[in-house]
Amino acid sequence: MSEGGTHTDARLVLARLPRGRGEWVVSWLLAGTAASVVSVFLCILASLLHRGMSGLTLDFLLGVVRDAGRSGGIGPIIVSTLWILGVCLLAALPVGLGTAILLAEFSASDGMLGKVVRISLDVLAGVPSIVFALFGNAFFCIYLGFGFSILAGGMTLACMVLPFWIRAAELSLRAVPNDYRLAAAALGMSRHRLITRILLPTAAPGLLAGLVLVVGRALSETAPLLLTSGYVTRMPGSVYDSGRSLAVHIYDLSMNVPGGEANAASASLVLVVLLVVLNSGMTWLSERFLHGRVLQV
Amino acid sequence: MTTPCCSRRAEDHHCASVVIDALDLSYGARQVLRRVTMTVPPCGVTAIIGPSGCGKSSLLCAINRLTDLIPGCRVSGTVRVGETSIYDAGTDLIELRRRVGMVFQKPNPFPLSIRRNIELPLRETGIRDKACLAEATERVLRDVGLFAEVKDRLDQPALRLSGGQQQRLCIARALVLEPRIILFDEPCSALDPIASAVVEELIAGLRGSYTVLIVTHNLAQARRIADQVGLFWVMEDAGELVEFGEREAFFEHPQHDLTKAYLSGAKG
Repeated sequence: MSEGGTHTDARLVLARLPRGRGEWVVSWLLAGTAASVVSVFLCILASLLHRGMSGLTLDFLLGVVRDAGRSGGIGPIIVSTLWILGVCLLAALPVGLGTAILLAEFSASDGMLGKVVRISLDVLAGVPSIVFALFGNAFFCIYLGFGFSILAGGMTLACMVLPFWIRAAELSLRAVPNDYRLAAAALGMSRHRLITRILLPTAAPGLLAGLVLVVGRALSETAPLLLTSGYVTRMPGSVYDSGRSLAVHIYDLSMNVPGGEANAASASLVLVVLLVVLNSGMTWLSERFLHGRVLQV
Repeated sequence: MTTPCCSRRAEDHHCASVVIDALDLSYGARQVLRRVTMTVPPCGVTAIIGPSGCGKSSLLCAINRLTDLIPGCRVSGTVRVGETSIYDAGTDLIELRRRVGMVFQKPNPFPLSIRRNIELPLRETGIRDKACLAEATERVLRDVGLFAEVKDRLDQPALRLSGGQQQRLCIARALVLEPRIILFDEPCSALDPIASAVVEELIAGLRGSYTVLIVTHNLAQARRIADQVGLFWVMEDAGELVEFGEREAFFEHPQHDLTKAYLSGAKG
């Protein structure tokens, strides 16, 4: 927190304590669990690289889908995926942030409103994605008349990621020390200014971490999109067009298209790379944001 | 000293008195302050002393109505800041809190740059002019003796300052709104002795320009900087003002037995 080396990184303290008798077993177990987590990721990545790398060309990235995906590329698929993600974020982020602010700042943590909203969110978070698919199809596609479309898919995904986003945003707002709220109040700041000038910037790192979570989920969901944004592999012209997301494409190639496995592996590789790029991009942004603007620590 | 464009202080600025009459304060069913009646004269330094839990900090919060933020907190009686009775319906809380500044026990600068910490409350009042903001920032940082120390790193995080510097920054942040009254809630108790002495001297220097009301656990500090001293004590489960008077009289000829015992170290 402050300069001068008096504050060590808390995480390093434990590692520097002397080890008790027999504790090497625990150390090895911990190291083993960490190693297995990393190795699972590396195995997946290696398998994808092995099977998908050869097919990963510029033509594949930009080209149109041919022969049900056995040949051609995934250009329209990538575009649809990003559109769906965009719709999802546009719908979920503001609504979720508003709810999180209400929960964290305007309702007592044990109040009735907070309880009801939190229970609803916990239930929503546990609902299987196929149920969201059915809901999205009935509500967005049919009732609201969006049809099989990027809009319906994005909105359905938004409903799905909302509980995770709200919980992450609420926790990061609650983690802002109360000292700041008192200080702002004592300086005659209005609640609106307190939120926009102090709370949101201070909570920004946590909010970005929540955003990473949301993007990861939205990119990797398949079931909700099967019944809402549909299978169409054409390049979408607007959000009212049906569009196939990468995850749906991979599912379709590996389950329904004999001979599509190679391209499924290449498309999976693209999805994983997309996730890594988006995640590290946001982490990078968050750090720049911290050091450039919010200037915390 | 100040150019008009940067100053919120009207021509007729003067420090205000605080008149507290029959103040009762409770958190839910627990009464914290009972029948507190006291007059804090303008432009002086008034110290509030007493053991922990006797409602000293609550008293401060009742004067800028931070008590409104505490769920279940009820206040009755009257508090007048200058001419304004602050518990009347329709009191402008934002304006009240701009006139009554507060500095807390733990330094609480915002996690922003040093400059932004000072500018933020001022911008809230509608001042946008860059030159004015810069001038006001420099002025208050000089007032708290921080300018020379930080003038080359105004855009660095305030949280990188030492505890004492952070507390002085918080005082500067309160001063920039040019309040009539400044409430200090044990401002030195989280600081090391040297930083504490610097802050104490700074508070003593506010005499004459601001009405200062300071809660302190440090009897020696009260003796050094206060013009008036009040002792609070828990009587029948609620804090009461036991004795209040000029520093000389309070320390040399205390009237109340509790004051005598507290000053001699026999109680508290």
